[in-house]
Amino acid sequence: MISAASRPRLAAKARLRFDRKSSRYMLLYPERGLVLNPTAADVLQRCDGLRTVGSIVEELAQQYGHERPAVEREVMTFLQTMADRGLVQAVV
Amino acid sequence: MSAAERPYTLIAELTYRCPLRCVYCSNPLDYGRHRDELDTETWRRVFREAEDLGVVQLNLTGGEPLVRDDLEALIAEARRLDLYTNLITSGIPLRRERLVRFRELGLDNIQVSIQDTQAEGSDRIAGRRSFDRKLVIAAWVKELGFPLTLNTVLQRENLDHVEEIVALAERLGADRLELANTQYLGWALPNRAALLPTQAQLSRAREVAAEARKRLRGRMEVLFVTPDYYTELPKACMDGWGRRFIVVSPDGLALPCHAAHTLPGLRFDSVRDRPLDEIWRDSPGFRAFRGENWMPEPCRSCERRAIDFGGCRCQAFHLTGNASVTDPTCHLSPDHGLIETARLAAAEAPPASFIYRTTRARVVG
Repeated sequence: MISAASRPRLAAKARLRFDRKSSRYMLLYPERGLVLNPTAADVLQRCDGLRTVGSIVEELAQQYGHERPAVEREVMTFLQTMADRGLVQAVV
Repeated sequence: MSAAERPYTLIAELTYRCPLRCVYCSNPLDYGRHRDELDTETWRRVFREAEDLGVVQLNLTGGEPLVRDDLEALIAEARRLDLYTNLITSGIPLRRERLVRFRELGLDNIQVSIQDTQAEGSDRIAGRRSFDRKLVIAAWVKELGFPLTLNTVLQRENLDHVEEIVALAERLGADRLELANTQYLGWALPNRAALLPTQAQLSRAREVAAEARKRLRGRMEVLFVTPDYYTELPKACMDGWGRRFIVVSPDGLALPCHAAHTLPGLRFDSVRDRPLDEIWRDSPGFRAFRGENWMPEPCRSCERRAIDFGGCRCQAFHLTGNASVTDPTCHLSPDHGLIETARLAAAEAPPASFIYRTTRARVVG
């Protein structure tokens, strides 16, 4: 489970790539890919296995000028979905 | 073609040569006639042109891509272009040093096939001793830090072993397990009587796979590709003709799918003669079944036409002799009786012997 203290990183099989055609980031993994909205891309770019979820939330709340609890809810839900799909791993 | 249409994946069939002789091989029966393989420089150009068109995924496959001694140069170019590069291999023949080099070059994923969970059964399907070696290769893949996809093509003889296949995948530390039921094209079609499973086998295997998917969620991705012979609905072959994929054959034909060049009366262009973007946009072969204008009834007015795109053109041709009709796997197809007959035969059939892949024998289809 993803918690505020987890240090998420992309799974070994997944990698980010900027797509010139759609001007979006894509998360690529074997034979599949997800086109990311800007928020999702901002989150995944910070999943380096060093930052905690808490610090990612902090950075994004500041960057967007949004309330921290709302950002936290969104980030946690997104990361849990990605972890369930095996695309993000939480290093505790 | 709308502006949003773009290919996402290039399937580079680097060669049809292969040390194995798998009885379900998707290469065409006359693969021996396509020996004039593209050289390194042409493949590199094709990768660049594909990336320019919007391709982000590259599958290096065959035949057996490892028999090309320029694989290192091709991987290097693919990674320079930032393509997600997946090597699809039998693992034969592979030395560890070569694998180390692939890792340094940034190869993203390796897919190793096994044919069954015991050497005897696996080697029988592959037509060559290979199973024990494959396990060694799969272990190296993980040791070197690559993500590993384990692939098993399912058929009558191994469909009851899905539980063991899952266990083997777990033991090998696979990141992804692809359980793909045989598609009855290429060498699988003349072997259909020996390969087609029964409904009961299939139902059980599907349950086992679903349970494994749930249990391994987040650790191992478990894919189960149902055989269209039993779904009553055709599959969205290649996500639609000329819509998302480009296949380039070993001798340079740019194709909408692996078997498109087995369809008579279609003209496909070679990447030796024309740039890939022109072929993708304009070549008669790519346009033939793109979109919905080609569709006959019952597809034309079907509410699923944008979901399954009329199914598989090659299957339509190889079963009925006409590539433009509804895929016979669809329960609405006037030719659906062909599928029902094959299923009935599978329920009763005694085990048939295999026809192994070869350039020599003539196969009567």
